[in-house]
Amino acid sequence: MALLQIAEPGMSAAPHQHRLAAGIDLGTTNSLVATVRSSMSTVLQDDYGHALLPSVVRYTPDGKVIVGHEAQAMQSTDPVNTIASVKRFMGRSLNDITDKAHIPYRFIDGNLDNAGASKRVLQLQTRAGLKTPVEISAEILKSLKHRAEKSLGGELVGAVITVPAYFDDAQRQATKDAARLAGLNVLRLLNEPTAAAVAYGLDNKSEGTFVIYDLGGGTFDVSILRLSKGVFEVLATNGDSALGGDDFDHRIYCWVLDKVREASEHFAPLSEEDTRLLLTKARQAKEWLTDNHEAQIACKLSNGTLVDVTLTAPQLVEITQHLVTKTLSPTRKAMHDANLSIENIDGVVLVGGATRMPHIRHAVEDYFKQEPLTNLDPDKVVALGAAIQANILAGNKNDDDLLLLDVTPLSLGLETMGGLVEKIIPRNSTLPIARAQEFTTYKDGQTAMSIHVVQGERELVTDCRSLARFDLRGIPPMVAGAARIRVTFTVDADGLLSVTAREQSTGIEAHIEVKPSYGLSEDEITHMLKASFGSAEIDKKARMLTEARVNAGAIINSVNAALAVDSNLISQSEQHNIEVKIQLLTSLIQADDADAINKAVDTLNHATEAFAAARMNASVSRALSGKNLEDIKL
Amino acid sequence: MAITLTETAANRVEKFLANRGKGIGLRLGVKTTGCSGMAYTLEFVDEMQAEDIAFESHGVKVIVDPKSLVYIDGTELDFTKEGLNEGFKFNNPNVKDECGCGESFTV
Repeated sequence: MALLQIAEPGMSAAPHQHRLAAGIDLGTTNSLVATVRSSMSTVLQDDYGHALLPSVVRYTPDGKVIVGHEAQAMQSTDPVNTIASVKRFMGRSLNDITDKAHIPYRFIDGNLDNAGASKRVLQLQTRAGLKTPVEISAEILKSLKHRAEKSLGGELVGAVITVPAYFDDAQRQATKDAARLAGLNVLRLLNEPTAAAVAYGLDNKSEGTFVIYDLGGGTFDVSILRLSKGVFEVLATNGDSALGGDDFDHRIYCWVLDKVREASEHFAPLSEEDTRLLLTKARQAKEWLTDNHEAQIACKLSNGTLVDVTLTAPQLVEITQHLVTKTLSPTRKAMHDANLSIENIDGVVLVGGATRMPHIRHAVEDYFKQEPLTNLDPDKVVALGAAIQANILAGNKNDDDLLLLDVTPLSLGLETMGGLVEKIIPRNSTLPIARAQEFTTYKDGQTAMSIHVVQGERELVTDCRSLARFDLRGIPPMVAGAARIRVTFTVDADGLLSVTAREQSTGIEAHIEVKPSYGLSEDEITHMLKASFGSAEIDKKARMLTEARVNAGAIINSVNAALAVDSNLISQSEQHNIEVKIQLLTSLIQADDADAINKAVDTLNHATEAFAAARMNASVSRALSGKNLEDIKL
Repeated sequence: MAITLTETAANRVEKFLANRGKGIGLRLGVKTTGCSGMAYTLEFVDEMQAEDIAFESHGVKVIVDPKSLVYIDGTELDFTKEGLNEGFKFNNPNVKDECGCGESFTV
């Protein structure tokens, strides 16, 4: 029996025609999925009642992909094949990752992309092969999609996925591609702070300026939004990509260690397991202190040491206040960038689990001189807002509900002579938008023009992010400055850009969609899509590997057999050479690389060529010896 | 006869109405689509129509148009969970046959 939800007046769906839509918060540390049921936005839980899905993907030795808590538990045991915080690598090339030394993953520089934006897609080497961040994110999205469809009893028509306000075009496109790989129809990408504001219904007001203070597990973001005529404009964003709730856990952990060291003089370094145990205890204590005055941290370490300390709320404040203070500096900068003072702020929204800590709330309240909005769960607020937006976009609301529009996060422009940027679409333009500008040739008889599309606020091309390059050819030869080339920038509702250049007199046109700006071409995506249908690709690889192993085994056997019989036919050094090749091949058979096995087979074949010829001659002469010519005539 | 809500259903409806911030009650109805004849509709009510019939159950105003009432009179609306899914369920004594999924029915 299908279970029904209450629809808006006159909006009842026909049977089997429910327009199921979900909002997805694809987070760095955790991800969530929410939906609107009976006009109420709710976060969907998994079979075990968890709302948060840790954004961790693990490729297991038996070829499976697991996502979430189970994967997270294996993070320290199998770090190379267990990818966490993949969001940080979305739409990034190897050069963009500055702290490679601290990340356990094996990064591989990918191929140059077709757009020629001199970007290489970043890949990670796992036991399941090379994986792009897009593919890894797609696994998280697949898991959330599955949860939503199980909870809603039907297929999703689409989803709204949230992204940080500062995400550039490449990162947004990477997110959309991940959704496509996961089989999700993206209704829209929505800025995370905007989603939080929507969850609080701030979009129902006519206007206002709001601050979204988002302290997640590992990142801190502060955004200032201005709402006018139903559109949220991002006035400023700032943050600290290396500051989050985890740092508070770590402070408590260090404090506990100090206490234990004080008590016992001989304290051996902690095992990895103990570190994890103590960090978990630290997190639990932090969470407990949100509503209680003191927390007991008690456990037994693997070396037998008993830990039993009590952390009080004032002590927590004392040891972590500097972290809270650290969030205020980006906040001040954002306020300064937006050219606002405290009195201009109409509301402050807290996002992220860490903002439950009372001293954070107090610090925010003290700074903004007003009580922040906290009645929604700060872990869920972004997903809840995304679900509300998804519900509207899926067509489950009446027309009088305004569609929320987004704005371009950064200016879009192109390179002009001397490496300068000419901005075509300024930042904070409401989407969708199209803007055109005319350019001309620089030299007499110039017949082609190279168009370099960039994104950013800086004046020099080198300081902006390169999105794409393309050429307009076939401009009729004219004196410099006579040609009129109209360049049109169009950004759709998802914030994705296409650029067209048109020579006005001849109508010659060149066009580019700034899709693969982070390095994945349409072909590659199609390929990934195909590969994601079932496990055809994995099966194929497995088959190639098995075939190679079987082949190699057969060759080793036959060469060994031949050596046993005819080793007298070759020199000792030749024999040694063959034996070395056999050893190499034998060791490679255990590995998972079909190509390497095949290569070693070829090498062995080559090394035994002389031997094989010698054997052939020997057997021929054996067959011929002692026979006269008549006998061997056929 | 009448239309009633179970207590669970009534609590839910009240919660949803409060969250929505407007609306005077819940409308139950049928429309003639679906794979086996009729389909249930369940909507919030912002204003009543002249011919509407209203019931009260556990403090929730239940509104039905007279044409629909013929098919669903005596119905008890329940709120249940099935695995991860949750929602409202019509227990309609008039139903002779329903399609596999229970979204549509014949009388």
